[in-house]
Amino acid sequence: MIPVCPTTALPPGEATRVEADEPIAVFNVDGEFYAIDDTCTHQDASLADGWLDGCTVECPLHASCFDLRTGKVSGPPAKTPVRTHRVVVQDGMVYVQTEPVADGVA
Amino acid sequence: MSPTVAVVGASLAGLSAARALREQSYDGRIVVLGDEPHAPYDRPPLSKGFLAGTTSLDDITLTAPDDEDLALEWRLHTTAVGLDRVSRSVLLDDGTELQADGVVLATGARARRLPGAEGLDGVHVLRSLDDAISLRADLVAAGRLVVIGAGFIGAEVASTARGLGLEVTVVESQPVPLAAPLGTDMGAVCAELHADHGTRLLTGTGVAGLVGTTRVEAVELTDGTRLPADVVVVGIGAIPNTEWLAHSGVALGNGVLTDACGATNTPGVVAVGDCAAAWSAVAERHVRIEHWTSALEQPATAVATLLGTGGPAPTPVPYFWSDQYGARIQFAGSRQEGDVARVVEGSCADRSFLVLYERDGHPVAVLGMNQPRLFTRWRRQLRSAAPTPR
Ligand code: FES
Repeated sequence: MIPVCPTTALPPGEATRVEADEPIAVFNVDGEFYAIDDTCTHQDASLADGWLDGCTVECPLHASCFDLRTGKVSGPPAKTPVRTHRVVVQDGMVYVQTEPVADGVA
Repeated sequence: MSPTVAVVGASLAGLSAARALREQSYDGRIVVLGDEPHAPYDRPPLSKGFLAGTTSLDDITLTAPDDEDLALEWRLHTTAVGLDRVSRSVLLDDGTELQADGVVLATGARARRLPGAEGLDGVHVLRSLDDAISLRADLVAAGRLVVIGAGFIGAEVASTARGLGLEVTVVESQPVPLAAPLGTDMGAVCAELHADHGTRLLTGTGVAGLVGTTRVEAVELTDGTRLPADVVVVGIGAIPNTEWLAHSGVALGNGVLTDACGATNTPGVVAVGDCAAAWSAVAERHVRIEHWTSALEQPATAVATLLGTGGPAPTPVPYFWSDQYGARIQFAGSRQEGDVARVVEGSCADRSFLVLYERDGHPVAVLGMNQPRLFTRWRRQLRSAAPTPR
């Protein structure tokens, strides 16, 4: 498990990027934490820089939207889903498990 | 017979319209007509990764496996040559016609060509996949490129060609490139990227003509200068593909005239994407927007109009981007002459900044260079600040 940050450092509506072999983006959606691969499957945008709307994040570059729960992409130009990761909250700290919980196939 | 919607145009706007029809529960027949032989593909990479050879055709294909479920009838390599507004029939170049209950016009635009350049090898425009394939073949064998027009396409081609090791000169007739979309100050800042990366930029200079008998050899400028060239790319804008509608009775201007929801003057006919000039309440005129994001977003509204389920007119915040020399340029909003541009983050000298355009003290547009995170926040802010539709 990779420690991300204290829960208080990631308020609702915010996102942060965690450096790992493949960087991971962690989001707080109204108190629920989600983690997906940070790099957009279209080009090399960081999804943590994107636009969070409900449970989807819009890529900051070309506006493909990814579902944080499933990794599924809703529209072009990206065509491939992102991987999702399990988030664990323990003693006020947010952690992600690097082994993906799904390969993004929803 | 089940009802039919004909989507005329098989690029992003046409594909998005077909998808939107299904999303909005239309279960009749959908026929998508495309004049190119290719299945829908994404155009922005044509001047960037695809031209550089780092992005494949497979990468830029727009259709996804899920699209199979949409049961679309594709008729590619088929050009629409006319529209009969009474019977709502689309006349095709093979002499047949397609009778439809609804028609989505999404025929896009084509590159404006330089008069007198016809038939000269080595002279290119860049709009279609075939354009990109033939330009790439020429670029990899060339040493010197002259780009006519320092707009976004011209700048991106120049940037890609520099990456391929060519010697590049860009010629722009206006004193400052990109002044229309970005304003003079910011246009000048973005144009500095050329010099940063060893591209020569000549501004305020017209082109007198091209030199060469079978193949282009040089570009001659109005001041008499001759720029030797192995390849010339002409990037001087686009013309909407609406000539085929000339006798249809569909109202035309600089594109197919529509209201803010995509409706034309003809019942059962809507228009979207680069061929459409939609009414803008903000600008108080019809505006033809050639942005990728408009081609993606407009169709949902136009399709709702076609199906008779449309709601209030949307107030989109136009958004476009350009990637040049590794710099990410993003712009959102509507800039007018007189708006005041102010750097709110970073600095132009560092090629990393965010600029806000203000009118009467209110932000109306935002420009970012290498600031995707902050840019996205401002873009969102502009969206939520957009006047609510009446
Ligand atoms: S990089 Fe994310 S959509 Fe293009």
